Amino acid sequence: MSDPATVRKAKGTVFVKPEVCKGCSYCIEFCPTDCLEFSREFNAKGYHYPVLGTPDDCTGCGLCGLYCPDFAIFGARFKDIEVARVTAAARQASLDNPTS
Amino acid sequence: MSEAIQDDQDLSGMPMMDNPVMPYLRQERIPHIWCPGCGIGTTVNCFTRAIEEAASDLDKLAIVSGIGCTGRVAGYLNLDSFHTTHGRAIPFATGLKLSNPELSVVVYSGDGDLFAIGGNHFMHAARRNMDLLVVCVNNFTYGMTGGQVAPTTPIGATQTTMPYGNFENPASLPFLADAAGATFVARWTVYHVRQLTRCFKEALGKKGFRFIEILAPCPTLFLRRNRLGDGVDMVRTYKEKSVLRNGADTKEVGLGLTGEIVVGTFVDRERPTWLESMNDHFGKVFGDRYSRYGG
Amino acid sequence: MTADPKGVLTGIHFLDGDHAACEGALAAGCRFVAGYPITPSTEVVERFAQRIPLVGGLFIQMEDELAASIAILGGAWGGKKVMTVTSGPGLSLMMEHLGLAYITETPCVFIDVQRGGPSTGLPTLPAQADMMQVKWGSHGDYEIIALSPNSPQECFDLTIRAFNLTEQWRVPVFLMMDEVVGHMTERVVIPEASAIEITERRWTAKAPGTYRPYDVGADRVPEMTKAGDGHRIHVTGLTHDERGWPCMTPKQQDKLIRRLSGKIRDNADALTDIREEGCEDADVVVVSYGITSRVASAAVLRARAAGLKVGHARLVVTWPFPAARIAALASKCKAMVVPELNLGQMVHEVRLAVNGRIPVLLVDHAGGTVHDPQVILDRIQEAAR
Repeated sequence: MSDPATVRKAKGTVFVKPEVCKGCSYCIEFCPTDCLEFSREFNAKGYHYPVLGTPDDCTGCGLCGLYCPDFAIFGARFKDIEVARVTAAARQASLDNPTS
Repeated sequence: MSEAIQDDQDLSGMPMMDNPVMPYLRQERIPHIWCPGCGIGTTVNCFTRAIEEAASDLDKLAIVSGIGCTGRVAGYLNLDSFHTTHGRAIPFATGLKLSNPELSVVVYSGDGDLFAIGGNHFMHAARRNMDLLVVCVNNFTYGMTGGQVAPTTPIGATQTTMPYGNFENPASLPFLADAAGATFVARWTVYHVRQLTRCFKEALGKKGFRFIEILAPCPTLFLRRNRLGDGVDMVRTYKEKSVLRNGADTKEVGLGLTGEIVVGTFVDRERPTWLESMNDHFGKVFGDRYSRYGG
Repeated sequence: MTADPKGVLTGIHFLDGDHAACEGALAAGCRFVAGYPITPSTEVVERFAQRIPLVGGLFIQMEDELAASIAILGGAWGGKKVMTVTSGPGLSLMMEHLGLAYITETPCVFIDVQRGGPSTGLPTLPAQADMMQVKWGSHGDYEIIALSPNSPQECFDLTIRAFNLTEQWRVPVFLMMDEVVGHMTERVVIPEASAIEITERRWTAKAPGTYRPYDVGADRVPEMTKAGDGHRIHVTGLTHDERGWPCMTPKQQDKLIRRLSGKIRDNADALTDIREEGCEDADVVVVSYGITSRVASAAVLRARAAGLKVGHARLVVTWPFPAARIAALASKCKAMVVPELNLGQMVHEVRLAVNGRIPVLLVDHAGGTVHDPQVILDRIQEAAR
């Protein structure tokens, strides 16, 4: 932990919709880097939902999203998030200024 | 506390991203009706990733379901979708495909629907080599009606209509599909999400009668009644008990209540489809007078 | 619009009713038939299988009547005009998809060549004992249209009308033949294609995103599309809303089921087709349909020769039942006689319409042959007393 060379830097993150989670824990169980854990809070339906316990370990591989039977979580790599951000911004700009 | 991004958080600086499954769903219909720990939703993720990767023309992709929990898949997918009668998804799909051959038609239903009430249709569509991809989510039970014995229920499993344990021999679905003439037969479980996604993609790229069996947990009605734990426990069991055996003899891939689960692609062969056979045959019989049906 | 000449076998023919019905389907533009062999209906699909390769379309013999009756529904949503053909035992299996066709408003034609029942009953011998089954055989409330031909010529003509009606109203339409009409051979005139009026499917012109499969206008019949046209429709046998999505509330059930029923119930008068003969001043009116109408004609002629004032009202459209017209006839005559090849089915509808004002005498028959005209004559004479 103390050796900076061994400290991993997150390559991605996860997006969670707590309100549709049913707490099945597929994502937590099968996360390849074990970076997810149950929230301490309940959602409106009374389930604990996944949260990033060790965010630095998340690679954004997206496996959680492939497992999640309730479409409540998915992961993405930062570089893909950046592409999405730029694309969305460009789309918004063209909507704001349709003549351009 | 996490750094995961939640809907109700301030997302300033963080781009909105959509779950990759969302463009393929009728989003206003979500959340779906499936129970906590049910594996059907996982298969839907894999299916939608596959159609995305296969760059399928979504306007030409139709999905047909029968009745039951898996039968609800058609209603959630944002495709031309048909939720038909119990057991009859395959003959509906047959009519749809033959009427409009430019469609790619996928049948998505459960084990009770496809193999009990619908077993006869499965056999004949496979025999004819109807150009359909048939996906069976096998959870070993009738979920929608409350956990009755299914044609796939392993011997020894307790179900509401087998209260003292099942003594009926279950069907081995890949063996049935193989014997009936399917051109592509594979089995995966909801543990194998990447393999299943690849399998969907591969099967979508082929023609003829293709069959994929997917084992999925029914925690509410199959697992609980048999003290097999929760959904995630069963998926862990799939992980531990699965043995990859591509090209396995389908006579030897039957399933028990415990024991190994053979997964992989068992059959991959080519045969002319029903429509190809009809067109070729009429071409010979009628010569120039015959125009090929469906181009 | 008029018929596609490719399907029209223009000319004067000598055909049995089964073959004539097949020619009617081809003339009407039917290009997809799924069937399952059953006597005495099989000749319809045999001829279709023979004719369709060069007309341009498709026949498939399915594994059973359940499959045949839903394959055609898939065929309709694939864009074709569709039909299946059967007889009693097969009809029993098809009830499931009669319900699905109705609730999904899928245009389709069912031909039922009736034979004696129940169960395997009397293959190759006639009856008219499925009349109530087609109206009440599916679970749930529903309406259909049924046409009852009495000759091979009418098998041709009414099959075309059946296709036109199913496209116009989007309800399943039945051609209620019987073994005698199916197997009797007579002159059948098939006109030029340009003389055959065809009702096209009510295709939507709306763009994807604006079209909803169960939005309706004043006539309560939605526009249709087909799979592959980009509308991403959902079609379900569940109670559904205008989007086609499941919506299982008492309110939506009421709205949907009343709309579906209303399409037909409220148009029953417009759909009525009764061929009346000598009813204006009749003391006794014989109400008949299908093959029995031809036997009844013989009885009516003999009764008139004997000096009785007897009219004959033949129902060409048997469902929706023409209650208003029967009630009007009942207000002018003293009795009605209803012969049918069953132990009393449509006579119940006649009695409901007459509502006790005059006697309604049934001339029943368990099937296996047609009536002896003398038996009908005896009842006419009894009614006239």
